Amino acid sequence: MSILIDKDTRIIVQGITGKMARLHTKDMVAYGSNVVGGVVPGKGGEQVEGLPVFDTVEEAVAATGAEASLVFVPPPFAADSIMEAADAGIRYCVCITDGIPAQDMIRVKRYMYRYPKERRMVLTGPNCAGTISPGKSMLGIMPGHIYLKGNVGIIGRSGTLGYEAASQLKALGLGVSTSVGIGGDPINGSSFVDILKHFEADEDTHVIAMIGEIGGPQEAEAAEFIRDHVTKPVVAYVAGLTAPKGRTMGHAGAIISAFGESASEKVEILSAAGVTVAENPAVIGATIAQVMEAA
Amino acid sequence: MDIHEYQAKEILSGFGVAVPDGALAYSPEQAAYRARELGGDRWVVKAQVHAGGRGKAGGVKICDSDHEIHEATEGMFGQKIVTHQTGPEGKGIYRVYVEAAVPIAREIYLGFVLDRTSQRVMIVASAEGGMEIEEISAEKPDSIVRATVEPAVGLREFQCRQIAFKLGVDAGQVQQMVRTLQGCYRAFTELDATMVEVNPLVITSDARVIALDAKMTFDDNALFRHPQVAELRDKSQEDPREARAADRGLNYVGLDGNIGCIVNGAGLAMATMDTIKLAGGEPANFMDIGGGATPERVAKAFRLVLSDKNVQAVLVNIFAGINRCDWVAEGVVQALKEVEVDIPVIVRLAGTNVEQGQKILAQSGMPIIRASTLNEAAERAVGAWKNDLSQGVRMRAVS
Repeated sequence: MSILIDKDTRIIVQGITGKMARLHTKDMVAYGSNVVGGVVPGKGGEQVEGLPVFDTVEEAVAATGAEASLVFVPPPFAADSIMEAADAGIRYCVCITDGIPAQDMIRVKRYMYRYPKERRMVLTGPNCAGTISPGKSMLGIMPGHIYLKGNVGIIGRSGTLGYEAASQLKALGLGVSTSVGIGGDPINGSSFVDILKHFEADEDTHVIAMIGEIGGPQEAEAAEFIRDHVTKPVVAYVAGLTAPKGRTMGHAGAIISAFGESASEKVEILSAAGVTVAENPAVIGATIAQVMEAA
Repeated sequence: MDIHEYQAKEILSGFGVAVPDGALAYSPEQAAYRARELGGDRWVVKAQVHAGGRGKAGGVKICDSDHEIHEATEGMFGQKIVTHQTGPEGKGIYRVYVEAAVPIAREIYLGFVLDRTSQRVMIVASAEGGMEIEEISAEKPDSIVRATVEPAVGLREFQCRQIAFKLGVDAGQVQQMVRTLQGCYRAFTELDATMVEVNPLVITSDARVIALDAKMTFDDNALFRHPQVAELRDKSQEDPREARAADRGLNYVGLDGNIGCIVNGAGLAMATMDTIKLAGGEPANFMDIGGGATPERVAKAFRLVLSDKNVQAVLVNIFAGINRCDWVAEGVVQALKEVEVDIPVIVRLAGTNVEQGQKILAQSGMPIIRASTLNEAAERAVGAWKNDLSQGVRMRAVS
């Protein structure tokens, strides 16, 4: 078992004809992901990396039975593409695009709620590196080789910091069940809590690592959820100890604007909920290893 | 992106929000002249800077004659205003707004923000206008009224009435409140704002509802569809280093430390700064150079980091995912050849092709201090910086 994706998950790439999309489609196929096609309006009938391109997600789903989609569409049009995926019956969508206007994301979230829960699409991102279940499937832009297969579930707002954690684990001989990037934007598809629910129910995940950062209420909400509903050990790191208040640190969502949004406040809230917090990003892997040994 | 008060008022006025009569001036003479044009016998002159807390810092003055206006604005132009929102270096005053004074009966706080919990636009209001929202939430939290807006139908009239009645507004002014709230909401959504703040919104002694101050912040990601808003950018109000970074497509935030950082990815950049701090140093900046660490981008990043005269060591931390360490290493070497650097440079590479990358750095003949882990990188950066200090080396980068 793994969460959100496995080796059979049929994947389409929206915006597949772009330069970056082509490159990552190739990487995903090489990794063993079951990519079945792509979507670019007006380019239906073409081929990319030997995969069929369709004009609409609806057609792609009808022809390939696609269940998951990776959105590589430029920011002005990305929100529309996510809604198209939700409407076409895609079950899980990862949006890589960085720079989608926040109000577009408000509309996306509202739109997704028009579907009953049983057929409501799960969205992670935007502005994330994607999701990988090592040895099974990669739905994203991460370097697959830094992930060993194993029992640590990773949820992170940041791409490269997630890589850092995975490679620290690899150096210690520890592997990952699934790593999910939820993205650095203020309004995103899934929260820490949404993904914690999946990991709590996943038997292959023994320990959960949460990589947060300054800004927003998500880490505090996760702390409350962990305290009341998560039985598995959780390790966390919160980036941005040195970040000044009121300044956006790269990610649109990484800005301290209210109480509980600074790194030190989040560390305090998470610790109080029983989460083991690595205060130094260089020891995320070692802290997870200690918690796994103790468990 | 922030804009000035007078610009925010012009925008809000276009959406039906009542604002005082006012005029912009670029000199004391012009300020006095424009006051005469406006008419009346009492004016308020307000320094136009991108920061709150102007009043306490001397940026707002009430004047009863053109002589007073001349005198007050003469003391403003060219000065820096320092408030809790500007940082110690302050913000320069190059424009002054002259407004006809209005007789105030009561003051209300009104704010529109993106609420990340409900993932909707939230209205925050309080009968305690004139105070900063931080003060209100600390001292009078019970006075705060909140409402979120369902995006499919927008801000409903009943919600506006509810807010107005909760604030204790007289029934006679409720309709004006509805108009004001809906105007602000429409400006917020139609122009992709991330914040609209009217503080104070006043009710005058002759029963008018007027936005006495206004602040708007816009979503940088949505400026592409609002060229008329993008045009309002005022570079004089930005940190010059950050403005230069933005023009070069780099993500940069200047800080007070002396170890410069060049990192790919925002989260890793913050984590690198944290590690420097934990190793006993102080980061000089946040910098995310993005996914493709090409030689050109790395060279640009070096020039920018070195333009901060406090920087005494540079730490490069690249986790190559999309790109490869050997390419990044070549980029760093090429950048160091292009940009003359006379301070310690520490490079940590990780990810794809890390061995080849390390080899390129080692064989380059450049004085690069290499590190393989995050901790090692931070310790070597802090160590190199302290070592240089103790040797009394005069450190100044040539950029």
